[in-house]
Amino acid sequence: MNVNATLIGQAIQFAVLIWFTYKFIWPPLLRAVDERRKRIADGLAAAERGKRDLELSAKRADEEVAKAKERAQEIIAQAEKRAAQIEDEARASAKAEGDRIVSAAKAEVVQEVLRAKEALRNQVATLAVRGAEKILRREVDAKTHSDLLDAVAAEL
Amino acid sequence: MAGASPTEYIGHHLTNLAAAVGQGPFWVVHVDSLIIAAMLGIFAFGIMWRAASRATPGVPGRFQAFIEMVYEFVDGQVRDVFHGDRSFIAPLSLTIFVWVLFMNAVDLIPVDFVPTVLALFGVQYFKAVPTADLNTTLAMSITVFFLIVFFSFKAKGTGGFLHELFTAPFGSHWALWIPNFLLNIIEMLSKPVSLAMRLFGNMYAGELVFLLIALLPWWVQWIPGSAWAIFHILIITLQAFIFMVLTAVYLAMAHEHH
Repeated sequence: MNVNATLIGQAIQFAVLIWFTYKFIWPPLLRAVDERRKRIADGLAAAERGKRDLELSAKRADEEVAKAKERAQEIIAQAEKRAAQIEDEARASAKAEGDRIVSAAKAEVVQEVLRAKEALRNQVATLAVRGAEKILRREVDAKTHSDLLDAVAAEL
Repeated sequence: MAGASPTEYIGHHLTNLAAAVGQGPFWVVHVDSLIIAAMLGIFAFGIMWRAASRATPGVPGRFQAFIEMVYEFVDGQVRDVFHGDRSFIAPLSLTIFVWVLFMNAVDLIPVDFVPTVLALFGVQYFKAVPTADLNTTLAMSITVFFLIVFFSFKAKGTGGFLHELFTAPFGSHWALWIPNFLLNIIEMLSKPVSLAMRLFGNMYAGELVFLLIALLPWWVQWIPGSAWAIFHILIITLQAFIFMVLTAVYLAMAHEHH
């Protein structure tokens, strides 16, 4: 119970321990804990940012998909329209070609008929002259009657 | 201690191993208190130093996490009572808490164990609990007292501190200077005395109760012995905690301006 020099010894020990803790124990612990706290805060912030980014990009992806769908619809509609147009054009040109061929054939037929008529006319004229010659048995002056014959031919 | 009377037994166990270092009754040291306190200091602070020097900001191991728990606990307590730069007061509080806790915990070693073992080596007296020695607790509280005075001067300046000594708490009228000063001196001196006496009284009484229990017949000792030991775990922790928190509170008061 008596107070004595132990007091001094214990005070020195106490002072040394305070100094030791102040110098070697507290600062590293403080540093480690603070650094970890900072890392955790950074990590949480990064996670938050990542979440937000993810949401943002998901939204953007949805938008892109919607846009792409729209565009696809547009392209399909355009293609259908174009197909219909091509079909129409093909049909029209085919019809035109057909018409042209038909009309050309018709024209040729008319030509042929005319040519045949001409040939027939000439032959008929010749036959008529010959027939007349034979009927008349006379020398017919071709020159004299050519006008007549031509007139006949024209009538045919 | 077969053969000794209860009074002799208790008296023997409460006597420190003393060694004279000079002339007069003051120049005596309690070797047991000094050695046990030093051993516990080296042990406890060695462990903490090991943890602190290996501390990483990454994922802590169990050992580091445990030391950090103590650190966080002390830092939180100090933060609650002291608003300001804790870079000295927090380590001081940690020192007090850990050292006092370890010294108090010696009380849980069976009372006869250490003296009996050392008696085999010819050591006559040995009181193992350093905090049941008034010198230890008084040494700590006086150190704290000097820190209070130091921080009072540092925070308020010499003029401010002296002004406060004479004008608070009653007022600055010249007739109140002496009462103010006396009251402040009493208040200041009561701090280390109450700190030291509280811890010393608790541990001394705890030790005494263990000794009384040890005087009971051997077959019944375990009932009050274990009950008191379990209760004593609370006292050990609580007294270490109180010493730490009161130190922080006193130092916080030293920083406050009136």
